[in-house]
Amino acid sequence: MRRVRRRRASKGQSSTPPWWRLATVSAVVVAVALAVVGRAFDLQVLNRDFLLDEADARHLRTVAIPAHRGMVTDRHGVPLAVSSPVFSAWAHPGELLEHRGRIPELAAVLERDPQELYRFLEQRAEREFVYLRRHMPPAMSERVRSLETPGVQLQRELRRFYPSGQVTAQLLGVTDIDGHGLEGVERTYNHLLRGESGAKRVLRDRLGRVVEDVELIREPRPGQDVALSIDRDIQYLAYRELKRAVRRHRAVAGSVVVLDVRTGEVLAAASQPSYNPHQRATMEPEARRNRVFANAYEPGSVIKPLTVAAALRSGALNATATFDTAPGTMRVGRHTVRDILDYGELDVTGIIQKSSNVGAAKIALLTEPRDLWQVFEDFGFGATTHVGLAGESAGYLDPAPPRGQVARATWSYGYGMSATPLQIARAYAALANDGMMYPVSLLRRDEPPSGHRVLEAQLAGEIRHMLEAVVEPGGTGLRARVPGYRVAGKTGTVRKAQAGGYREDAYVAMFAGYAPATRPRIAIAVVIDQPGGEFYYGGQVAAPVFAEVAAGALRVLNVRPDGHEERPTQSGRVLAAGGEQ
Amino acid sequence: MNRVALSDSGGTNIRLSFLQARLHLDGVLLTALIALAIFGVAVLYSAFGQDWAQTQQQIIRVSIGFAALFVFAQIPPRTLRRWAPWIFTLGMVLLLIVIAKGVIGQGAQRWLDLGFFRFQPAELMKLALPLVVAWLLADADVPPRATRTLLALALILVPTTLIAMQPDLGTAVLVAAAGFFVLFLAGIGLRWIAGGAVLLGITAPLLWFFAMHDYQRARVLTFINPESDPLGAGYHIIQSKIAIGSGGLFGKGWLNGTQAQLEFIPERHTDFVLAVVAEEFGLIGVAQLLAVYLVVVGRGLYIAAVAQDNFCRLLAGTISLTFFIYVLVNAGMVSGLLPVVGLPLPLISFGGSSLVTIMAAFGILMAIHTHRRLWA
Repeated sequence: MRRVRRRRASKGQSSTPPWWRLATVSAVVVAVALAVVGRAFDLQVLNRDFLLDEADARHLRTVAIPAHRGMVTDRHGVPLAVSSPVFSAWAHPGELLEHRGRIPELAAVLERDPQELYRFLEQRAEREFVYLRRHMPPAMSERVRSLETPGVQLQRELRRFYPSGQVTAQLLGVTDIDGHGLEGVERTYNHLLRGESGAKRVLRDRLGRVVEDVELIREPRPGQDVALSIDRDIQYLAYRELKRAVRRHRAVAGSVVVLDVRTGEVLAAASQPSYNPHQRATMEPEARRNRVFANAYEPGSVIKPLTVAAALRSGALNATATFDTAPGTMRVGRHTVRDILDYGELDVTGIIQKSSNVGAAKIALLTEPRDLWQVFEDFGFGATTHVGLAGESAGYLDPAPPRGQVARATWSYGYGMSATPLQIARAYAALANDGMMYPVSLLRRDEPPSGHRVLEAQLAGEIRHMLEAVVEPGGTGLRARVPGYRVAGKTGTVRKAQAGGYREDAYVAMFAGYAPATRPRIAIAVVIDQPGGEFYYGGQVAAPVFAEVAAGALRVLNVRPDGHEERPTQSGRVLAAGGEQ
Repeated sequence: MNRVALSDSGGTNIRLSFLQARLHLDGVLLTALIALAIFGVAVLYSAFGQDWAQTQQQIIRVSIGFAALFVFAQIPPRTLRRWAPWIFTLGMVLLLIVIAKGVIGQGAQRWLDLGFFRFQPAELMKLALPLVVAWLLADADVPPRATRTLLALALILVPTTLIAMQPDLGTAVLVAAAGFFVLFLAGIGLRWIAGGAVLLGITAPLLWFFAMHDYQRARVLTFINPESDPLGAGYHIIQSKIAIGSGGLFGKGWLNGTQAQLEFIPERHTDFVLAVVAEEFGLIGVAQLLAVYLVVVGRGLYIAAVAQDNFCRLLAGTISLTFFIYVLVNAGMVSGLLPVVGLPLPLISFGGSSLVTIMAAFGILMAIHTHRRLWA
């Protein structure tokens, strides 16, 4: 002010300062006041639109409205995976740190260490937004809400719940915390389940809190519900029986798959070990494998019906032929094929019933390599089922017929190739369905599928007849018997392969079959991986699981009993003195 | 003092109203001040996000301010003149104490903790300095001789330097300005003014490089180009300009300013309260507010013009001009015309110390006007 230029004061002798100084000052005051008003005019009138836009740019934000993720249900609409609202706590670190006295009580509610929380906030002091805890239990979010800590906000999110927990864990898979499917069904059908998030324009304050919804830009489109082919009751049953068997026989793993013979739908797919999908911290990588789809095993003796089918189809074998399997071993090249016992003379049914490797090898050696290979290929080995789950294994089948006799002989009883439990079950479903194979499906089929024939109906009938003998007295699968129903199937016990050969002490026990035998409805494959107890044969370890699952599933499906033995005593077990390979 | 009509040395009749004669209050000033105070409380209620508790605090402070005004209005100017050197001495002592062991608040050492409240000696100096310079120059020649002028300069520069050391550059500049106003109104010669300008031109770069704190330099740089650091130092100015601009001609309405209500305006209840006014009441509101301020300053300058002695005239003129400087510096700062110096808008901004000082100063103005009498 003082520096405003002005004319020099006249030098009077008066003791009163010159009056015009005050007048000049007054004029300057008014001039400066006008300058301020001019500035206000500049900002408020001339630049108003620009500054209004700038203001909007600060307050208005377009935010996504999360779409509700679709529900996964079983075939009857029972929820298997549902999204329910939960709250996550987030903070504006700077503001929370201004009230650091409140951090200890907040930490106590969030179940975090106060010091750790404090450091956590200090390190992020420059940020506008940090999550303190996501997906809190309802009681916790209520307590956080009632604390009203400055700088702490709650955000509504959706969390995935799996009512069946471990029972469907690997099948359904998991989503990440933002609701994207990572594994299993959640991943496969993510595109259906996720929906499309909407958008809205909101008014936000400086701390990022949404103050007001201004405008809805786009409604969120909720995800579709996905109805699986799974029957929850059968899934529970399969899971329970599998878990019991794995535990009883101290096995490292196991899997059970139940297919609907008439549609190819997967009714149950249980895998052990499993995990709790709500406690992912404790999730073991081994437990995440869905062994029904992802693990391929050498199928062993369960393949023998197909060996027979190949021989019969090619005309190389007469159904009434007999084979001398004595003395229970046979040399093929430098390889020795062994049976457990010397079964002596066996017809084809006997070879299946007793599961004679020597007999199967002899049949295979009668058959042209290409005919043998063709049946395996027709039944879907060596190719994925296209059920759609990530990580599904195709198993292994040589891409061309075997050349040597050894390969043909070992193929005949299921070595030198591998298959998933699902592939095995599908093959048995095709046998059970008069040779018609349907594509397997994890989704409920509302219309009958179109299948393709892999075996003549009459041949399939002959094979089925042989398979029924397996669970008759004298067969290896007596323990697969189900009271009230006739069942059929085949046992399998395989040495586990390791680098350079096979292990002497580690086996995989299997049973594959269908029920009821007269009008098959379900096909089941049971695989118990490396039983650690005294029993390890498929007939001892896997067949009882088949029996329990089949019995339960047939009741659940309300299938009319076709059995001649209506007695409730579990005669199957009593009769099953010694299961064999 | 009971006489309703007096005549001054020039023989003019002095008419004092009842309010002036009995209570030593000036009706025009008082009305304008009350209007400002009420408007201030309303604006703060909005700036606080309609927090009644904090608004009540401001009402209490405003009441204390008016009490101070009333008390100071009762003190005859000649008494004030007698006390001037002692008040100044007290202010200097307090300033030294604050330098020695003051309470550190917001990175600066400005407060003395008196137990029941915290006190800023710099506030006292805002009054004490013009008082003592007016006391020094009241009976000086016009223009004052060199010795007196130099003495006055010393009286100005020593406390100013102490305040600047706290550091509180804004208050230091204002205190110095008050002192220079007295000098100017006392009629010092143009040579002094020109000399001062040259000296400032030389020392400013030196101050810039050697005396100023980084944050002070940043403020000036930010002032020159606020968009250079929109999230940091420029944030205040940008948000404030946006608030003012988006208010438009008529404003968004009381309690409806988005920048203010959504807490985008920093310091919106203290230094940047004018941005809230501009956003919610628009150009019309700002112009009216400035008009009221002009009434206050104009009345102050009138009181100076009709004052009966040089001491009163210098003091009244200085108080009025200093008050106006407050308003202008704050308005300039908020609208981006001046650097951010951290100065409240008188009578509107939330805050106790400066409010009491200003009201005391108006008390003195009223005292000057209402204690006039016929000189012997």
